[in-house]
Amino acid sequence: MKKDLLGIADLTADDIHLVLDTAEAMREVGQRPIKKVPTLRGKTVVNLFYEPSTRTRTSFEIAEKRLSADTLNIAVAASSVLKGETLADTAMNIEAMAPDMIVMRHASSGAPYLLARICKSRIINAGDGMHEHPTQALLDAFTIRERKGRIEGLKVAIVGDLLHSRVLRSNVLLLTKLGADVWASGPQTLVPPFLDALAVHVTTDADEAVRDADVVMLLRIQHERMTGAFVPSLREYFNTFGMTSARVANAKPDVIIMHPGPMNRGVEIASDVADGPFSVILEQVANGVAVRMAVLYLLAGGTEGD
Amino acid sequence: MKILLKGGRVVDPANGRDGSFDVLMDGGRIARVGRDLPAEGARVVDIPSGLVVCPGLIDMHVHLREPGQEHKETVATGTAAAVAGGFTAVACMPNTSPVNDNAGVTEYILKKAAEANLARVYPIGAVSRGQQGEQLADIAELRKAGCVAVTDDGKPVATAMLMRRALEYTRMFDIPVIEHCEEQTLKGEGVAHEGIHASALGLRGIPGEAESIMASRDISLAALTKGRVHIAHMSARQTLEAVRFGKSRGVAVTCEVTPHHFVLTDELLGTPVPYDTNAKMNPPLRETADRDAMLAGLKDGSIDAIATDHAPHHYDEKKVEFDHAPFGITGLETAVSLCFDRLVHAGVVSLARLIELLSVNPAKILRVAGGSLADGAPADITILAPDMKVAVDASKMKSKSKNTPFDGWQLRGGVAATIVGGRPVYVNADCGLRIAD
Repeated sequence: MKKDLLGIADLTADDIHLVLDTAEAMREVGQRPIKKVPTLRGKTVVNLFYEPSTRTRTSFEIAEKRLSADTLNIAVAASSVLKGETLADTAMNIEAMAPDMIVMRHASSGAPYLLARICKSRIINAGDGMHEHPTQALLDAFTIRERKGRIEGLKVAIVGDLLHSRVLRSNVLLLTKLGADVWASGPQTLVPPFLDALAVHVTTDADEAVRDADVVMLLRIQHERMTGAFVPSLREYFNTFGMTSARVANAKPDVIIMHPGPMNRGVEIASDVADGPFSVILEQVANGVAVRMAVLYLLAGGTEGD
Repeated sequence: MKILLKGGRVVDPANGRDGSFDVLMDGGRIARVGRDLPAEGARVVDIPSGLVVCPGLIDMHVHLREPGQEHKETVATGTAAAVAGGFTAVACMPNTSPVNDNAGVTEYILKKAAEANLARVYPIGAVSRGQQGEQLADIAELRKAGCVAVTDDGKPVATAMLMRRALEYTRMFDIPVIEHCEEQTLKGEGVAHEGIHASALGLRGIPGEAESIMASRDISLAALTKGRVHIAHMSARQTLEAVRFGKSRGVAVTCEVTPHHFVLTDELLGTPVPYDTNAKMNPPLRETADRDAMLAGLKDGSIDAIATDHAPHHYDEKKVEFDHAPFGITGLETAVSLCFDRLVHAGVVSLARLIELLSVNPAKILRVAGGSLADGAPADITILAPDMKVAVDASKMKSKSKNTPFDGWQLRGGVAATIVGGRPVYVNADCGLRIAD
């Protein structure tokens, strides 16, 4: 693997399998009575969050602590970004204190690349704008592989706001690298141009995407999308694309339903589906810790088996 | 003082010349152009073979940033960059601070230009007061103070009604309204061309239609008013179609393209440096079909001029997240090399056509002196070195800002010397020209 994890685009299929295999071992740590190993003892990890995040930040922090890293969290209020210190200056100041790794979440696509150009520390992208969210795609892949035993050849339907979603970008890159049959569906206003250039089936018919799917992954619809005239109303969105039991009935009988969170119940997903037997949404959250432990471990210089 | 440029290849399309001629300058003007002219007391400057003597290049679209943004550029550093890039004159945009919407600012710019005493500076005034798009600026006063055109550059003239009035009002002075074409609601918060590269990088897109829709509005209004509209920094193939349509109907529309829009594409957003803020400009670098359309327009004559949109920014301002970086790159010191390398040597246009694009036509559009080596014309001359090997080095540029995506490029073709009003203001030491006093 490279020095940093900036996006799935930089990973080979072998890299991805290495992370997933390592995560298997890491998960076992979380099942012990004392959930801690000394692997990253003496390593400093900075969680630099320019966007509010509960799930991802907590998941990284637990992963770091289980590996015995020294962690600290810096939450930069969005309001201070423009008037305050530049990202470059913040990065140089943190770098001066010689951390080993920086985990960054930022609202601007590409911000981790700027950080990586400035810092010798290893950079992990915890979500940048509309670009990538690589650890989310890795934990999704881990969850699929665990449930289905494989990724290659599975029909994966991703339904929701394709245009603004970093989860979509990372998942499409990862799943196509591993040979899944990826379908993406959303309103035509929310279909990004680059999907056509990848091996992805794009359809505005959610039922076509879901039909015989092994995996259905939902993406969050932000309320502000209505002001941009992307969708007329949340009600109309739910009626056209919302994942209801009736829609799920067209998928394979053993379909799994995924959502990266946070969910809008009654918008992209009906509550009975979210809470129903096919849902693996909380497994995704649980697996997130193991996958992030694997990423931290591998970037810190470990290789599988040592 | 007399200087005789002896034995160069003179390319002077306005007077139908392309061949070996001598050029005699006297008192800041062209005295004569002819074969084997006698020295008659003039200092004789031998032009080494391979160099080209042509009317001074005119960059009709630059940002000199003074007054108000002197940390990016000043009239002095901007005109030093201009003459180093072969330009004897530049026309500077009014989006300074304060905006050049009154004679006081125009006079200030001209005073700074006179102090720098390098390239000629032609200020361009604002269309609207404060570039706010509400009320016309005092255009008669701006014209009298020395402005050669008006524009709200940085944004389009806000409404169709105001554009209509501007086109009508400027007819009294025979100056063009230069338009930054951009339909603002379609642009939205876009930072890059809407295409596969921006999409894969998660950058908000600006479609080519944001430009062409506004250009179409303005061409229609130029037809209505008989005013003259000049489309600035055209980037989209759809805009070129709109311009061709206008020209075919006899509308007084002209247009310019920048070197970066006929050399680069949006692929630069991701490679070699992902999210390089020197790939961020407005209008954005577009896709290959657009770049190729610009080359075709240069070749077939639909495009009137090449201008740089020289947009210096301090390195602090560019060393930020892509979303937050200002739009624009410098252009004065790379334009000639890019034009030679990508247009002349690539067989897209002839040298004579290039000089029309860089000198003859800008002078015509702005109705300023220059673009010709006619007897009695100001002795504004650029001496070009078509085969010079140029290694672009931003750190050595005269511009105060170094925001160029061309740093490190190897190009063929450059500038040997720049003469303004008979006075050599720039000489490239590597060309064997002994021209300085």
